[in-house]
Formats: sequence, C-alpha cells, structure tokens
Amino acid sequence: MTALTVSRRVLSGRWQGPAAFTAVAVLALVVAPLLLEPFRLGLLAKYLCYAIVALGIGLAWGQGGMLTLGQGVFFGLGGYAMGMYLKLNDAGGDLPDFMVWSGVEKLPALWKPFGNPVFALAMVVVLPVAVALLLGTLVFRQRVRGAYFAILTQALAAALVILLVGQQGLTGGTNGLTNFFDFFGRDVAADETQRGLYLLVAVVLGALYLGARQLVRSRFGRLLLAVRDGEDRVRFLGYDPATVKTLTFAVSAGMAGIAGALFVPVVGIISPALLGVVPSLELVVAVAVGGRFALAGAVLGAVVMGYARTYFSEELPDAWLYLQGALFVLVMTLAPKGIAGLAANVVRRREARA
Amino acid sequence: MAISEVTVRDAELLAIDEINAAGGVLGKKLEPVVEDGASDWPTFAEKATKLIAQDKVATVFGGWTSASRKAMLPVFEKRKALLWYPVQYEGLESSPYIFYTGATTNQQIVPGLDYLKEKGKKKLFLVGSDYVFPRTANKIIKAYAAANGMEVLGEEYTPLGHTEYSTLVNKIVEAKPDAVFNTLNGDSNVAFFKQLKSTGISADQMPVMSVSVAEEEVKGIGVDNVAGHLVAWNYYQTTDTPANEKFVAAFKAKYGADKVTSDPMEAGYNAVYLWAEAAKKAGTTEVEAVKKAAGGVSLDRPEGKVTIDGDNQHVYKTARIGVVQQDGQIKEVWNSGEPIKPDPYLRTYPWAGGLV
Repeated sequence: MTALTVSRRVLSGRWQGPAAFTAVAVLALVVAPLLLEPFRLGLLAKYLCYAIVALGIGLAWGQGGMLTLGQGVFFGLGGYAMGMYLKLNDAGGDLPDFMVWSGVEKLPALWKPFGNPVFALAMVVVLPVAVALLLGTLVFRQRVRGAYFAILTQALAAALVILLVGQQGLTGGTNGLTNFFDFFGRDVAADETQRGLYLLVAVVLGALYLGARQLVRSRFGRLLLAVRDGEDRVRFLGYDPATVKTLTFAVSAGMAGIAGALFVPVVGIISPALLGVVPSLELVVAVAVGGRFALAGAVLGAVVMGYARTYFSEELPDAWLYLQGALFVLVMTLAPKGIAGLAANVVRRREARA
Repeated sequence: MAISEVTVRDAELLAIDEINAAGGVLGKKLEPVVEDGASDWPTFAEKATKLIAQDKVATVFGGWTSASRKAMLPVFEKRKALLWYPVQYEGLESSPYIFYTGATTNQQIVPGLDYLKEKGKKKLFLVGSDYVFPRTANKIIKAYAAANGMEVLGEEYTPLGHTEYSTLVNKIVEAKPDAVFNTLNGDSNVAFFKQLKSTGISADQMPVMSVSVAEEEVKGIGVDNVAGHLVAWNYYQTTDTPANEKFVAAFKAKYGADKVTSDPMEAGYNAVYLWAEAAKKAGTTEVEAVKKAAGGVSLDRPEGKVTIDGDNQHVYKTARIGVVQQDGQIKEVWNSGEPIKPDPYLRTYPWAGGLV
C-alpha cells in the first residue's frame, strides 16, 4: 500500500474530519508561533477571536437559520466585562484614567463588582447569554423570524453603541476602554504574554469548535436543522422550536462574549466602533464567504477576511476597501455556499470519480 | 482614508519631499511608509504597531479623531516610539511619546469664547456630535460661561454622522441664543448648516462659531450655507505669512490648483518640519534624543511662529478667529497677537479649576 493510497483513504474515510482538525491544530499551535514574528502572531490571534464569533454565527445562522446581525452586542458585553476588570486592576484603587478626564469623581456602582476577576470572568459569559435568552424568549415565542429577527438584532447593536457613546463617564464614550497594562500579573504588551494569549485563543477556539460540532451532531443539532428547514413541521411534531432557537442563540452569544473578552488583552482596546452594525455585518459577511453551512467554513471565513483586510490595507492603502468588497462579491457569485461549499464540491467530485 | 485625512497625508508627503529636496535629515533622505487607519480605532493601533515593529520607522505622523489617538497611545508608550498628532483636540492629555501640533483647548476653544464675549454674545447654545471632543469642549464652555456672566441656553448632542437637524434647529430658534457654539463633526455640518439657512436667520443675527469647520469642510457644506459664520483655528489658507505663500503655492503645484489648505493640513505639514529640526538638533533620529532636543525648537511656519513646549510636548500657536467668505476662503477677523502657550489641562485658568 503506497503512501498515496493511505493519505487518500484518510482523506475520504471517517478519519477525514479528525485528521484535518489535527493538521490545523498542529499548524496553529506549533507551526504558527515558530514561523510568525510577534506582530503577525498578534494579528492572527485577533483573527481567531473573530473566528470564535463566526463559529457562533455559523451555529445560529448556518445551522439554525437565525440571521443574527448583532453579534457585536455580545462580543461587546464580553469585551467590556473584561476591559472593566483590567481597567480597575490597573487603576489599583484609584479611578480609571478616562473617568478622571470625564469628570467622574466616585467609582460608579456598576463598576464596583468588576474589580473582582472571578465576577468579571463570569460576566463575560453570563451577560451575553442572559441578554440572548431574554431576547430569544421574547422574540421566538412570538414567532418572529427571518428578516424581522435580523433587523431586531441589528437595531440592538445600533442601540448599544448609542448607549455606550452617550455615557462617556461610565464607558469611555467613543474612545472605549484602552491602555491596559497588567493581564493577570503579566505585562500585557510583552511578547511572551502575547504569545501565551495567542495559544489561549487558539485552544479556546478549538475547544469551542469541537463543542459546537458535537452539538450539531447530537439529537439537539438535528432538531435545530429541522427547525431551520421547516419550523412549522417541527412544531406539529410536538417539539418547541422557540426553545431550540433560544438555546442555540444563547450559545452563539456566549461564544461571542468569550471572543470579546479574549480580544481585549490581544488587541488592547474595546470600543463602541467594534460592536456596532458595521463590524457585526462584517462578521456575517466573513461567515458567508467561508461557508455558513459548515462550522469550519465560518471559522475559515473569519480568518480569510481578517487576513485579506490586513493584506490589502498594507499593500494598497488607497484601494483596499474596494478589494475587500470585491472579494466578497467574487466569492458569493462563484460559490454561493462559500469556500467550504466549494471545497465540499471538489471532494464530492473526486469521490464520484474514484 | 477619509477625505480630511487624505489631505493631511498629502501635506505631510509634501513636507517630506521638500525636506528631501533640501538634502534630507542628517544626510539621509526621508522615506515615507503610508498606512490607512480606516477610521477604525484598533486598526490605527495595528498599523502603528506595524510601522514601529516591522517597518522600524523613525517616527510616525498621523491620527485623526481623539479615539484614534487614544487607541494608538499605549502602542507608542509601550514601544517607546514617537507619534506626531496633527489635529486640534480636547486637551487633558500629555503623553511622553506624543507631540501635539494641533491646538489644545486654550488655543482654540477659549479664544473662540473670548471673541464671542468681546462681541457681547451672552447667550449661547451648544451643538455637538456625541463623542469625547464635543463633550469635553462643552464642559469647558460651560465653566467659562459661568465665570464670565454668559448663559448656556441648551446643550445638544447628535450621533456621529447624524444628518437630520430640523428638530434641533427648531430648538435653537425657539431658545433665541446670541450665538451657537458648534462642535459637530464631518458630514453633520452639511445638514446642520443647510437646515439653519432654511430658517432664514442670518449669520449676523445669530452667528455659529465652529471649531471643526475648515476650508476643506466649507467646500462640502456649500459656501452659501455657511458664509458669514465664524470659525476658530490657528491657520487659514489666507493667513498672511511668507511661509504660507510658499506652502499654498507648493501644495497647489503638487496636487492641483483647485485644492485648498486648512489648519489640520498645516499642523501635519509643520509636524514633519518640527521633527526634522529636532532630529538635526539631536544629531540622531533616536527617540529619546529627539524628544530631549525638541523642547524649544522654534520655526517660522505658515501660521506664524511655532515653538515646541518641552514640558507638555504641545506647540505654542497663535489663535485666529475667521469669517467664512463667499469664495469659500476664510478671512481672519481677530488673532491673539502672539503665540499662546499650550495649557492642555487649563491649569492657568482659574475658572477651569473644577474641570480636571
């Protein structure tokens, strides 16, 4: 048996998925940190943060048919929870810097509990999940779906931005929270800290991906697909589609919250501009490019679009936005199911030939 | 890159060309690396990191909004690199790794208020976009008003990019202020001034003092809508200095006769010259040496004499109040006579005691 037939068997057999996952894991955890200089590794960590959000969108939209245009809200809640803790930790008992120049004299009550790292880290997940559960319960029970749900989530993103910008003394306004020094006892800007953070992001992404994949393959996942493709039929069969959708939406929100919390030490800022309508849409676009029907496609899309953004903007500072847009149009025209859909076609064709 | 930012970049590239034509700095030619912050704060931080870590540049000129500067500040402080920030801003900052070549509040907002007070405008209405600069500016304006017997009739904010101003303009008309202090940003000014014009109230009856409307913006707003209103800056295309004659001519020769020059452009243009001068004085482009040498560097620039204050790394600047003319240019009607010492924390103004 030649190596070629072995590899073909691996690629087409039931080991295909785990083999690919292991290959990507080795690339991400071993090869990338060895090859990339710290600045590039930091950028990759940022793309992987977005990939975590994209994974959630892939789950909610690709698997569950809920087009959520407001994942930035959950990303922001997680990010601000982390940012508030880091800010208080840096201030060491004093007021955070932006409060001083915003004329705030006493630490607002809302901020106080975030000085506790355990509370803050819990809030990273609890806040987004709670908001998603509340919204999901209100909305899906009323059988709001499709474009109406999409518009609602988008409005939520717009509203949160206005709220954050308006409360400058409480939130840092448009500037957001920046200028962090200490991340759990380490200098957040140091190369070793950033390398560790990159590995953390990669591991979290991998774990969440496996979890999401397990969810999709479970009975719950099949029910979710059924809700996506025929919600009324599922209801007539005696299931409650609202619960299925609400839970999935909450899971995707929790993922976005975790991504936001990781993003803050990696990039060093959380601000309203990162969680409004445009960034939320950009993530949905990334998922569409990668292929929304495959979880791996969503992750891939976020990394590809993130890299494209950096690459185009460095090479062509004047025209990069057009190129980014062109890339989206091109992928959507040639491969409506995204890169993952394209890849699946190739594999299917090869199998048909074999 | 937004339009206003492109013009600042062009002015900076012009300065680099001119310096290179004159032999460069310390015997070396300057080579620009251009990056786009995309009006997105983390991108500003990302690009700043790239310029420092990967391109290993000697110094960085750039930034537009306060938020972009705040996002870049930790990058420059942690990597001990140098940023030259060319835009007027809300003060209350003095990073050891940033030089501020635009006005701080006591070189723009406060002179603007002095002028209104001198003209007997006692009742003000404040209009601004909802972000840090207008909110901080209005806090200063309210403190000033309270100490100078002026009255603030209203204070309204609209989201950045907002373009619906009928309600707000009606509110202003009903409040009947003597003058409006305008800190709106960008396109909002177009809608605001159009709406205001449609009420039929003239600039003589109720002038609007703007601090973010320069020659470039006047073109966008439409001269008819904004002519006769007041602006506060440190430089106009019409400013009468030999250095400005040269600057305007060189800019038009390079980028086209229809181009205008404006305050942030001039501040960016100056920044390159100030850095070059400091590097020459230091005998190296090494950051700490340049910082040390920069204090006291003084040059005759298009806006007049500018001098770097070594303590807070801001620049002495002459305040100038202007009126927008029918041809789109701005005519100076008042200036501070001499460059004003920068005071980003307003420590020398007793009425500002409660602010910081």
